[in-house]
Amino acid sequence: MSKPILLFAQPGSSKVNKTGSWRTMMPVFKHKDCTDCRICVTVCPDACVSGKDKIYNANLDYCKGCGVCAYECPVNDIDMVLEVK
Amino acid sequence: MADTIRPKKEKAAVEESLFTSGHRACAGCGEALGAKLVMDAAGPDTIVATSTGCLEVFSTPYPESAWRMPWIHSLFENSSAVASGVEVALKALGRKGNTKIIAQGGDGGTADIGIGCLSGMLERGHEILYVCYDNEAYMNTGVQRSGLTPFDAHTTTSPSGKISFGNQRPKKTLLDIAAAHNIPYAATASVAYPADLQRKVKKALATPGPTFIHLHVPCPLGWGYKAELTLEIARIAIDTGLFPLVEIEWGKVTRVRKITKDKKPVEEYLKPQSRFRHLFASEDGKKELAKIQAIADANIAKYGLV
Ligand SMILES: Cc1ncc(C[n+]2csc(CCOP(=O)(O)OP(=O)(O)O)c2C)c(N)n1
Ligand SMILES: [Mg+2]
Repeated sequence: MSKPILLFAQPGSSKVNKTGSWRTMMPVFKHKDCTDCRICVTVCPDACVSGKDKIYNANLDYCKGCGVCAYECPVNDIDMVLEVK
Repeated sequence: MADTIRPKKEKAAVEESLFTSGHRACAGCGEALGAKLVMDAAGPDTIVATSTGCLEVFSTPYPESAWRMPWIHSLFENSSAVASGVEVALKALGRKGNTKIIAQGGDGGTADIGIGCLSGMLERGHEILYVCYDNEAYMNTGVQRSGLTPFDAHTTTSPSGKISFGNQRPKKTLLDIAAAHNIPYAATASVAYPADLQRKVKKALATPGPTFIHLHVPCPLGWGYKAELTLEIARIAIDTGLFPLVEIEWGKVTRVRKITKDKKPVEEYLKPQSRFRHLFASEDGKKELAKIQAIADANIAKYGLV
């Protein structure tokens, strides 16, 4: 019984799965009142918000449109809009 | 072979989370957010064992993995036993170093079916952090009640109706069960306060011996609220006293989050969630609300939250 068990997956390989197609509402980062607090980055359950220097955006390949970033933004700098595909 | 599953050395300032995109959790999932925060606090030199449940299912549909670190799926009940094996094996091979080990599971996997394995892990003194992701029901199989489902919640196995207001048993005090093993560190945490959660994860991992975190993770689907409210619901759970944030070291409460300024009546927590909708539909529901308020008041008194 020296055969290795081959049931393993590469770390981070879930990125082949583009969950952005699930979305109906889309976050629009307005880049107007941003204070660089990075709450939008921290609270995203899909780890898809990134940026720096007051310019943050969601990676729409993965964003499911949950709206948590927009709800939590303390300066209301993110709008959720119906996405027309 | 072994090399392919070891984490690559990452430069600091890489923004990509150790629990990455492409997982199949529902939009707004509190458990996915919790996992992301826990892993990023733990860092790449961590080995993780995860029980069966939503967290495992949505993160690792074969051959994909959302984990950017060594990760193993145990059975439903034994992530703590598998992690114990990982820990003693690393020590026996002289390869433990600073590598951290996390065992984790849902509320069902932890407080019900896995409680024996968890107790063994805590009792044997392994250097492992156990994280219970509490979404207050067996979500992955379709919202059945668990020992951590709160009083009067509607689930598919504790339906509300003519003869019942839902789950008739109180939520187990899991923190006390863990702390009763006289371990160096046991705490509750919530996705409502990411910085507080990550501080607790770091503290637990820096503490020698077995440590435990009971993490509150709202579930938009099972609790019936709008996905954007995940952190808001978690915050109100704390502000009502229904989910107190507490740290216990060697059996003594060492820190609590006071709610003196934020204290809210339990209705504010229950109203936005459809699992408690039936409590607002009849006169008799008012008596039930009083019972739930009494649970919150008892927590507030127990930990001196105000
Ligand atoms: C021994 C065993 N019994 C039952 C199951 C079926 N099962 C898979 S996941 C699950 C529910 C998990 O609930 P919980 O631990 O609360 O995690 P959640 O899905 O809510 O995150 C059940 C009952 C199983 N996999 N193994
Ligand atoms: Mg659960």
